[in-house]
Amino acid sequence: MPRKTMVEAIRDAMDVCMQRDANVVVFGEDVGYFGGVFRCTQNLQQKYGSNRVFDTPINESGIVGAAVGMAAYGLRPCVEIQFADYMYPAYDQIVSEAARLRYRSNGQFTAPLVVRMPTGGGIFGGQTHSQSPEALFTHVSGLKTVVPSNPYDAKGLLISAIEDNDPVIFLEPKRLYNGPFDGHHERPVTPWARHPLGEVPDGHYTVPLGKALVRREGAAVTVLAYGTMVYVAEAAAEETGIDAEIIDLRTLLPYDLETIVASVTKTGRCVVVHEATLTSGYGAELSAIVQENCFYNLEAPVARVTGWDTPYPHAQEWDYFPGPARVGRALKAVMEA
Amino acid sequence: MVFPAVEKEPAMSEPKPLSFHVPAPAVRPGGTPDFSDVKISRAGEVERPPVDVAPEKIREHAFRIIRVLDRNSQAVGPWAGLLSDTELLAGLRHMMTLRAFDARMQMAQRQGKTSFYMQHMGEEAVSCAFRKALEPGDMNFPTYRQAGLLIADGYPMLDMMNQIYSNELDPMKGRQLPVMYSSREHGFFSISGNLATQYIQAVGWAMASAIKGDTRIAAGWIGDGSTAESDFHAALVFASTYKAPVVLNIVNNQWAISTFQGIARGGSGTFAARGLGFGIPALRVDGNDYPAVHAVAKWAVERARRNLGPTLVEYVTYRVGAHSTSDDPSAYRPKTESDAWPLGDPVLRLKNHLIVRGVWTEERHKQAEAEIMSEVIAIQKEAESHGTLHTGPHPSARDMFEGVFEEMPPHLRRQRQQGGV
Repeated sequence: MPRKTMVEAIRDAMDVCMQRDANVVVFGEDVGYFGGVFRCTQNLQQKYGSNRVFDTPINESGIVGAAVGMAAYGLRPCVEIQFADYMYPAYDQIVSEAARLRYRSNGQFTAPLVVRMPTGGGIFGGQTHSQSPEALFTHVSGLKTVVPSNPYDAKGLLISAIEDNDPVIFLEPKRLYNGPFDGHHERPVTPWARHPLGEVPDGHYTVPLGKALVRREGAAVTVLAYGTMVYVAEAAAEETGIDAEIIDLRTLLPYDLETIVASVTKTGRCVVVHEATLTSGYGAELSAIVQENCFYNLEAPVARVTGWDTPYPHAQEWDYFPGPARVGRALKAVMEA
Repeated sequence: MVFPAVEKEPAMSEPKPLSFHVPAPAVRPGGTPDFSDVKISRAGEVERPPVDVAPEKIREHAFRIIRVLDRNSQAVGPWAGLLSDTELLAGLRHMMTLRAFDARMQMAQRQGKTSFYMQHMGEEAVSCAFRKALEPGDMNFPTYRQAGLLIADGYPMLDMMNQIYSNELDPMKGRQLPVMYSSREHGFFSISGNLATQYIQAVGWAMASAIKGDTRIAAGWIGDGSTAESDFHAALVFASTYKAPVVLNIVNNQWAISTFQGIARGGSGTFAARGLGFGIPALRVDGNDYPAVHAVAKWAVERARRNLGPTLVEYVTYRVGAHSTSDDPSAYRPKTESDAWPLGDPVLRLKNHLIVRGVWTEERHKQAEAEIMSEVIAIQKEAESHGTLHTGPHPSARDMFEGVFEEMPPHLRRQRQQGGV
């Protein structure tokens, strides 16, 4: 089976969708001729023409606002915000417009669009190229929020997102674009070409939205993770020798309650991990879900390992990033509780 | 190149402390209304360029006011003569209907039958005349003060009232504030209630039509106050860059709730002039002059349809009523200011023009007023038989959970069960 990087898998998803549906259009800052600063749209303009793949002015609200109008017309825009950190000017268009259009018009107008954005840290991007704003989307009614962790899922989830009739926020962990990353920043990167999840079938397939996957089976403790933190959790489990069951959520909203509950009911312990800041983060929702549904099976309080409640720093990146050592300590603490 | 000798430069004095500038309207409550700063062009005096004119050739149009109806109620000049007697009579009827509808709905809100209403008094010509310049399939992205687009297109008034009452037949299922209508069939995009977001959406919709090689065009709507929003500028830059087939309308009714238009306009001179830096042809039109609004709309629509790109149009008008039923204008402007508005009343002006044309009389006008009012009252009674916000029946609590997504996700299903509906 062909091996692809996550960048290539994401590009392939758009390519497949554009081939199948003439209404799929792709645009954003630098995505046309150049193919995007992370190269996710490379050669798409050459293949599909500038009518369907084009550069935009630097105006995120304009990008998403125009996409809402196009989607209402009948197109399926898949737009790129260059970094999730740049999405704030578009937030009104996402929250008040795309997310609510179906509801407020009683289905007369809908917004089947995808907003792709690179998310997360690990590349020395500082405050404005490292944020993980997923909770700002999961808090909004009417949005679906997806975070893939590998090339296979990235392609299948993005095809599902483009084909979905509701707006989807597609957060791409940029540190995973070229290979899995377990938080050991001092070690060389393993390319996707040498990882089984780098195997990406050609052509059309989907990974359904709203379905989590157990990445590592275990009996001792459940780790709820997504994006880069899936690999950090795996490393922590290996290094501590704790038999953790690691769930890759893949879609944060709608979330897969059954998979979460089945695992925590089995293990009786739960650690929630994410890169985003702690307070009011998505982990708070996960923690609440677990205690609401699994309280009588829990042997220990639910623990959270996240980024600190500070802006994302530059020089202190590895003090901020919740790496395998911190996750490992949490696993041990939960086991000893 | 020879630089002047340093000693020949005028000596600069020491800078004085800076001062902060906050624009203020000429008059506040208790004062005498004064519109002497509103420069009004004579009817017929502003030329009508060909639709493919280069934008830089008509920069002055952004500072003048296109007018058709003169003081003697004659239609004059190059923008006159597009509408037949029948069309003008229909236009008058649409404006009168909107005014009667407003009066009844304003009163219904005061009677507690609904929570909120926004009327159009003084601005009826803008949306009623504009609608008649569009074709089926075109799309408006309106604000909350363009109900004339629906009335002039024959949208059922019963549906409008059902929406305002949030009753059992509300097409929006009780989800939206009164007057936030939506009708794809009538080219009326769902009103958000946010400001300016629809402006860039109109451009996106127009871009989609061009991408697909269709012939449909879009019209964006915004008020003078909301032109200060970032989305206004997003819309102009996208429209300019992609030459989108869109008409970008600014309804300058002088007041953004209590804030006079100078706060949003700043040093721009006019709102239309905002288009000049984007290379977008910008026109100003007398918004209380039905034939002028229609003629300018036609011109802009034709440009869009012929792939000549966007046009920015400023409708100079006056908000005679309050911003909404939650507003009291006597707190911030003279009570008599609307009487002093130099562009008059759009209904009266068209009525007088039709009388001069010999196709209308005072008597027929009175009769029409009475007829229209009784039609509106009859529809209102029917709407109220299906409920008001106060008495119900309303759309069900179960409806509240529908339509958030195409398919209800499990977490919402669980919440609906918890809610016991």
